[in-house]
Amino acid sequence: MNQYETVFILTPVLSDDQMKEAVAKFKTLLTEGGAEIVNEELWGMKKLAYPIEKKSTGFYALLQFNADPQLIKKLEINYRRDERVLRYLTVKLDKYAAEYAQKRMNKLNNKEN
Amino acid sequence: MAQSEIRYLTPPTVDVKKKKYCRFKKLGIKYIDYKDPEFLKKFLNEQGKLLPRRITGTSLKYQRRVAQAVKRARHLALLPFVTDLMK
Repeated sequence: MNQYETVFILTPVLSDDQMKEAVAKFKTLLTEGGAEIVNEELWGMKKLAYPIEKKSTGFYALLQFNADPQLIKKLEINYRRDERVLRYLTVKLDKYAAEYAQKRMNKLNNKEN
Repeated sequence: MAQSEIRYLTPPTVDVKKKKYCRFKKLGIKYIDYKDPEFLKKFLNEQGKLLPRRITGTSLKYQRRVAQAVKRARHLALLPFVTDLMK
């Protein structure tokens, strides 16, 4: 079980609930595959630094989870197949990265409450 | 001859050699986050290109991590590949 972090950009054309449904789809795909989702962040609509597929804004979402390596291949195939996803990046977290992500999560949590 | 005739009011100050240090080692930063473009912009010039080590003074180990983080940020369109007057 390694720690991973995936960020993906959804096309801005979707309505709000379609966005949520797309994010939910990948979350369920992960949980079914036996992954344990540690953290989820929706950055919302952000301006892209350069147009992707003629679009200049995108809906960013981040998922941090622990999973088996085989699941990542399945996840990325689904990313490729889903045309709502403009771009995705999955990264394995080493111990410094995991520690950083933990700190970042605590900062976000205590900022909310 | 012209050289010696030039008299400077104050001696020309050649900029004193500032000891460059690796900010990551000094601050003890261990992980460079690719999701934070503001921090990464310190290592890019106006065109969005990576600054060389001799200017930023970072050590080789962290320069590679900065480069990888910047390339990941560019992939996710958090940073542009090429731009003008980014700062």
